[in-house]
Amino acid sequence: MSRGIASYGREFCLRLVRNMLRIRRMEERCAQLYGEGKIRGFLHLYIGEEAVATGVMANLRAEDAVVATYREHGHALLRGISMNAIMAEMFGKREGCSRGRGGSMHLFDAATRFYGGNAIVGGGLPIALGLALAHRLQSIRPVTACVFGEGAIAEGVFHESMNLAALWQLPVLFCCENNLYAMGTALARSESQTDLAKKASSYNMTSASVDGMDVLAVYETAKSASAYVRETGKPYFLELQTYRFRAHSMFDPELYRDKAEVEEWKKRGPIHNFTQQLKRAGLMSEEDFLAIDHEVLAEVEASVAFAEAGQWEPVEDLTRDVYTEAT
Amino acid sequence: MNAARKLTYRDALREAMREAMQRDGRVFVMGEDVGRYGGTYAVTKGLLEEFGAERVRDTPLSELAFVGTGIGAALGGMRPIVEVMTVNFSLLALDQIVNNAATIRHMSGGQFSIPLVIRMTTGAGRQLAAQHSHSLEGWYAHVPGIKVLAPATVEDARGMLWPALEDPDPVLIFEHAQLFGVTAEVSEGAVVDIRHAKVAREGANVTLITYGGMLPKALQAAQELVADGIEAEVIDLRVLRPLDSESFLASVRKTRRAVVIDEGWRSGSLSAEISARIMEQAFFDLDAPVARVCSEEVPIPYPKHLEDAALPQVDKIVAAARALFGAAAQ
Repeated sequence: MSRGIASYGREFCLRLVRNMLRIRRMEERCAQLYGEGKIRGFLHLYIGEEAVATGVMANLRAEDAVVATYREHGHALLRGISMNAIMAEMFGKREGCSRGRGGSMHLFDAATRFYGGNAIVGGGLPIALGLALAHRLQSIRPVTACVFGEGAIAEGVFHESMNLAALWQLPVLFCCENNLYAMGTALARSESQTDLAKKASSYNMTSASVDGMDVLAVYETAKSASAYVRETGKPYFLELQTYRFRAHSMFDPELYRDKAEVEEWKKRGPIHNFTQQLKRAGLMSEEDFLAIDHEVLAEVEASVAFAEAGQWEPVEDLTRDVYTEAT
Repeated sequence: MNAARKLTYRDALREAMREAMQRDGRVFVMGEDVGRYGGTYAVTKGLLEEFGAERVRDTPLSELAFVGTGIGAALGGMRPIVEVMTVNFSLLALDQIVNNAATIRHMSGGQFSIPLVIRMTTGAGRQLAAQHSHSLEGWYAHVPGIKVLAPATVEDARGMLWPALEDPDPVLIFEHAQLFGVTAEVSEGAVVDIRHAKVAREGANVTLITYGGMLPKALQAAQELVADGIEAEVIDLRVLRPLDSESFLASVRKTRRAVVIDEGWRSGSLSAEISARIMEQAFFDLDAPVARVCSEEVPIPYPKHLEDAALPQVDKIVAAARALFGAAAQ
């Protein structure tokens, strides 16, 4: 970091801690609820990667649009969808942010311009292009943030989308969360070129790579990147180097990576490291941390109670929202 | 009374797009060679000059990306018309159409709708062999969340686009390659709906149910059946999803016989669905089993005689209809 941590101010730094913790504690509870059978389907946890969503989302404005993947709980939460609505969605309840129709992988919210939760790898990229094109044609200037994993880079749609975004100069902030594994396939086992920024430069797109375990580094890089997109109207490719601490989904026995490797990355845990930094700088005490954690845990428990109390949609409404009008 | 003018199917499609772009600033067109080239089938010819490159956008050969971009643009408040060169090429965009366009309204609990129109050419008859000639609209008609239209007449080519653009849900329009040169009179300002099938010819003895490029063949067959004393009613389905069952069921209840003519392959086809619905809902009104005339189960071959043999033809339709009347009519 070129900029001293103290210059960010205590309030800002504690907000970053709180945001990372909100994702962490919510998801830890989700894992538990999965075990209890309250949450079903696929559940992809973001634990370990919290600094990425926290640093990126802090740079977006209300008018911006977000397109995400099936590992999107954190992005949805920090975009402003209430934890209650997210938890109710995980439960499949009508009070969920997608009325219970989507579940963990398909969180949507019109109010915060959150365009999903997409469970087809790379499926959201052209949607982000289209949103950006719509903004251009309407002469308005939001940024469209498109979040995807490095696994998407092997898909044809990635290359088509990078080319089209650069060709048409569309204001998209591509956020590639490189957690090194596409489910169980390591990057080097699926890509002939593992330097992802080079892929962007082959499409004449400006890019940067950043340590995705360092929330301030993410914040700063995403700040420059989003400012670039906002001011120039051009696309930008941001690689966020990160690591997921948990399995790919709840069905993954993790046979493809060494436990030692996971432990090594955990030493770089984004919450732990940032709080240590803050303590060293005298910006946060252990009591501060515990107070935040206490509040966050209360928010999580309240969201679980909200989801529990939620209603099941009546079966008579099964086919609603297939078309705008009933057919 | 509205004045009538002669138009080709191609000109009707172009006029519909021009009018839509004049009426609504949110409408724009994108696809491969829609601009400078003027459209593979010259449907978009002249639009670039009239509306400029922002609204008539030539895309790279990236069906997956530009169809998905259409979905995103629709989500973002625009009314995109995406042209895909042929239905065979649309398979490169199948993921975006089936996994995104068809699902997002439902998956989002009704928060987002996708007012997108995708136009594409379908059908055989030009010796373009097995990668440019297929009729896969029946596949799309399988999918809840999208609407599927098949304009078979110049009037529908002229009139279906505007209601499709006004529809808040994704609409696929299948334009049969053999119809582009067809000419007919169209009334100025004729309003068409995109909900109902239409009786293209009235008759009392047998119902020929068809759509798109097969409509002219069915009408021809109906003409030939007159010599046998058979008055065929011809139903133009027009809308392949959601199917307007009531229209063809009412006709079948009247005529008590049905032949379904579908350029798709027989197995798992739209014709199978129509036949099943007749079985389910009009079985006791039938005097004969439902008959079908479909494409043969073969990738469409190149040589003319084999291509002709692979497709539904007038003589096959006539034979299928006659057979429903038993020996007396033969």
